[in-house]
Amino acid sequence: MEKEITLADIAKILDKYDIVELEDVKIKGDIELELAEGGVALPPSIAQALQSIISAGAGVGTGVQKAQIPTTPAEELNLELIRTEFKVAKTEWKGQIEEVTIGATSADGGTREGTVTIGGEKALPFYNFDYQMPHPPVISVDCFDMPIKLAKAVRGHYEDVMEDVGEWAKKNVREFGADMVTIHLISTDPTIKDTSAREAAKTVEEVLQAVKVPIVIGGSGNPDKDPEVLEAAAEAAEGERCLIASANLNMDYERIAKAALEHGHVILSWTQLDINAQKTLNRYLFKMGVPREDIVIDPTTATLGYGLDYAFTNIERMRISALKGATDLAFPISCGVTNAWGAREAWMKNSPIAEDSYWGPAVNRGPLYEIITGLTLGVAGGDMFMMMHPKAAAAVKRITQMLFGAAGAEDEGKKVKMEDWVTWSGKAV
Amino acid sequence: MEKKVVMQIIKRIGKCVRKILFYSPFDKEQIAGLDENVKETNKNLFQNVNWCNEGGHEEMKISSPMEIWKYLPGTNCGKCGEKTCLAFASLLIEREKNLKECPPLFEPKYAEKGKKLAELLAPEVREVEIGIGDKARKIGGEDVMYRHERTFFNRTALVYDVWDTMKEEELRARVREITDWQKFYVGEFLKVDAIAVRSVSGEAKTFADCVKLAAEETDFPLVLCSFNAKVIEEGLKEVSDRKPLIYAADKDTWKEFLGFAKKYKVPVALFSPDLDMLNSLAVTFSSAGVEGIVLDPGTYPAGKGLKETFSRFVRIRRAGIIEGNKGLAYPLMSVPMSAWMDNDGDKAENALESSYWEAIIADLFIIKYADIMILHSIEPHSLIPERTLAANIYTDPRRPVSVEPGLREVGNPTEKSPLFVTTNFALTYYTVESDISSNKIDSYLMVVDSEGIGVESAVAGGQLNAENFKDALESFRVEDKVKHKTLVIPGLAARLSGETEDVTGWTVLVGPRDSGRIPGWMEKNWPPEGVA
Ligand code: SF4
Repeated sequence: MEKEITLADIAKILDKYDIVELEDVKIKGDIELELAEGGVALPPSIAQALQSIISAGAGVGTGVQKAQIPTTPAEELNLELIRTEFKVAKTEWKGQIEEVTIGATSADGGTREGTVTIGGEKALPFYNFDYQMPHPPVISVDCFDMPIKLAKAVRGHYEDVMEDVGEWAKKNVREFGADMVTIHLISTDPTIKDTSAREAAKTVEEVLQAVKVPIVIGGSGNPDKDPEVLEAAAEAAEGERCLIASANLNMDYERIAKAALEHGHVILSWTQLDINAQKTLNRYLFKMGVPREDIVIDPTTATLGYGLDYAFTNIERMRISALKGATDLAFPISCGVTNAWGAREAWMKNSPIAEDSYWGPAVNRGPLYEIITGLTLGVAGGDMFMMMHPKAAAAVKRITQMLFGAAGAEDEGKKVKMEDWVTWSGKAV
Repeated sequence: MEKKVVMQIIKRIGKCVRKILFYSPFDKEQIAGLDENVKETNKNLFQNVNWCNEGGHEEMKISSPMEIWKYLPGTNCGKCGEKTCLAFASLLIEREKNLKECPPLFEPKYAEKGKKLAELLAPEVREVEIGIGDKARKIGGEDVMYRHERTFFNRTALVYDVWDTMKEEELRARVREITDWQKFYVGEFLKVDAIAVRSVSGEAKTFADCVKLAAEETDFPLVLCSFNAKVIEEGLKEVSDRKPLIYAADKDTWKEFLGFAKKYKVPVALFSPDLDMLNSLAVTFSSAGVEGIVLDPGTYPAGKGLKETFSRFVRIRRAGIIEGNKGLAYPLMSVPMSAWMDNDGDKAENALESSYWEAIIADLFIIKYADIMILHSIEPHSLIPERTLAANIYTDPRRPVSVEPGLREVGNPTEKSPLFVTTNFALTYYTVESDISSNKIDSYLMVVDSEGIGVESAVAGGQLNAENFKDALESFRVEDKVKHKTLVIPGLAARLSGETEDVTGWTVLVGPRDSGRIPGWMEKNWPPEGVA
């Protein structure tokens, strides 16, 4: 009963009876394959399958039986590994993030010993397999112009310098390895101390004297007072190419942007988790004549557990649309990671919720909240992190340097065999 | 084996090979007489095998309910529980309903459409289930590279380890601790997902005993970890009915593991940092009919190795989702626990450091594509952020940011109960609400429209101001319920207190900066003079 049928015939029959597999069917005779036009390569899996059929040789069909669990499957299968090459294309984007330099050395009319450059990406953060990230993210450590309330885990590190802003800034650089220092002029807030703009300018001078790294100048966040304060600060820091934080839509941003322009600073364009508002504000700044290389954006940092998902996606979306060509979003991104300390898990002694499992010591939780908030936003597109806990700053620095692939990094970790975790015998914890 | 392969070829080969000359040992009559059982047993066996490497994405992924509706019976019979087929279609897209819930679709006349629909609805990354019953966890099943493109579906499963050199009591206690851990977050208790049992001893019997103990102590899914096939099989015998994930087949042991996966019908993890090898293993397993595949491309804990690990995760997922390489479109496993080896975590003084580094690696791979991960630290400072991050990244970004403004009652408030104010940012609202209710404070909670922004930002951005407080008090007719005309505003909105008093005429009390401190605040401040 030798006859010739086509595959399509068989497939039709099988479909008709809803058969997707036949067990214990043996095949006898020759098999000829004709490849489709266009030279479709036979997938290795099929080639192998056919080979195994052919080598199985002659046999007589015995009908069909119910599928059974094989007893010694490995041998019975007698499979060879189907060699397959892994391939994946690079992703190329047409956009590029603006490269922005903060700080000016004497060559450029400033007094900084070094500058910091961020941005320039042509791919997502740390996607070096697409395009090598040009600059690693940087860390700016916060200081304030007056003693402030801090979570216990942070306070210990700053208690000795809180009364002296110069010492505070120095400590950030000397002990905590800050790439930059941010001075927050919070005492100028009318509801706090209402310090004058002139005093604020003096504070800025003091910080510039104390440290030689580039600095970020932050207002108090009071939209009515900040323009005046930041204007005075920009003037006092003439030529130092500071990052002025920040211009917002709900204040007289023009005054701040103008001051930054006049005195040679970079401006931080801050919006609240709103991609359209960010575009709008950036366009206003372009209109005022702020050059592209003078803009850094801050799309708002929400903390782990308190909106980090929004902040993450907001930044990721901005970065992707910038890479796709949206030039009004193609700027380095700054993240206020210190916000993490607002999460109650970062500082509260015990859970306020009775049914929660034990929270453990707050001092262990806090830094990790700051680390996770920073790193997560770094993976989304953050180029610069304003941070506070020394351990958190160091950890975010270390991991971002590794992912960046810092040249000559000795920090290769130990030579471990990845699979050895299975038999790792440590019992700590 | 070869027969099965042949039938697979027949089903798939049309796209690759035009015609095959075939000497058939059976005829149509014989096929017609097939046992019904065979059909049952063999259903779905191949639906996911990719033979022809068809370049994926040939077919447009479904994006609108109308496209799905075309494949449904269109009778609006209501058997699925929905009034119309179109309503059912939109739930299918969101994976809130399953095709099986439309019985007519499985009638012969719709079978063709049903099959097509199943293909169209299949996620880009295969979904694999580990464990059984309530606690079973689906992993994988993802469709997008970025959560804003739609959403990530199956949150990274967090698996914490025990090992077979632990003493019995120690082991039981650790398993219980992992199983019982919980933390309240946005209206629900977060829990972790599974337990990994590691073979440290290398002894099959020791491992089997340990697996048995762990299984007695918990109904969580289990991951059995050893590169020694004999050890795995002994452990597997104890719990094969629990559908554990077995870890891991590598280039040397894959045949044995493939056998276990088929014999015991359990999902299996494949390990290889060499992606050609990993791809080869995956294709080999799927060709052999194994569906429950998880890929571990290796997690190097530091330096260049970690950088390369990151690259492997991204590129594998890209191959699966963007390039439609079905051979690698499986759930990915990461092992942040490797941090402990790098930091000499076995010394007590390094434990904190190791747990931090472990959380950092976990952070990276929760974001970038691990569907399951193995972790070691079960200290609260690790569990809380790790589990919270997984919740955040896997939250549906299309979920509304805000809740309805209005006056809520917490417990059984009277006209003398305190009136708290918060914003309509969902996270803030749920946090405050749970803080008050879990501490059993009968009160009113006035939810003010801050355009879905949290307190601190809304005060800074002007979305929360004295005027909104006034509008809220009036439009919710708060005076009808609260007689004391005293308003407790969030500590973070303290700067609005004076103006609010002026504008509303109500007495303003400034509450704590964190609503978790409301109970303590109440002791000192409530009731104020004149209210009692
Ligand atoms: S069960 Fe199927 S056919 Fe009936 S209404 Fe639902 S989707 Fe339509």
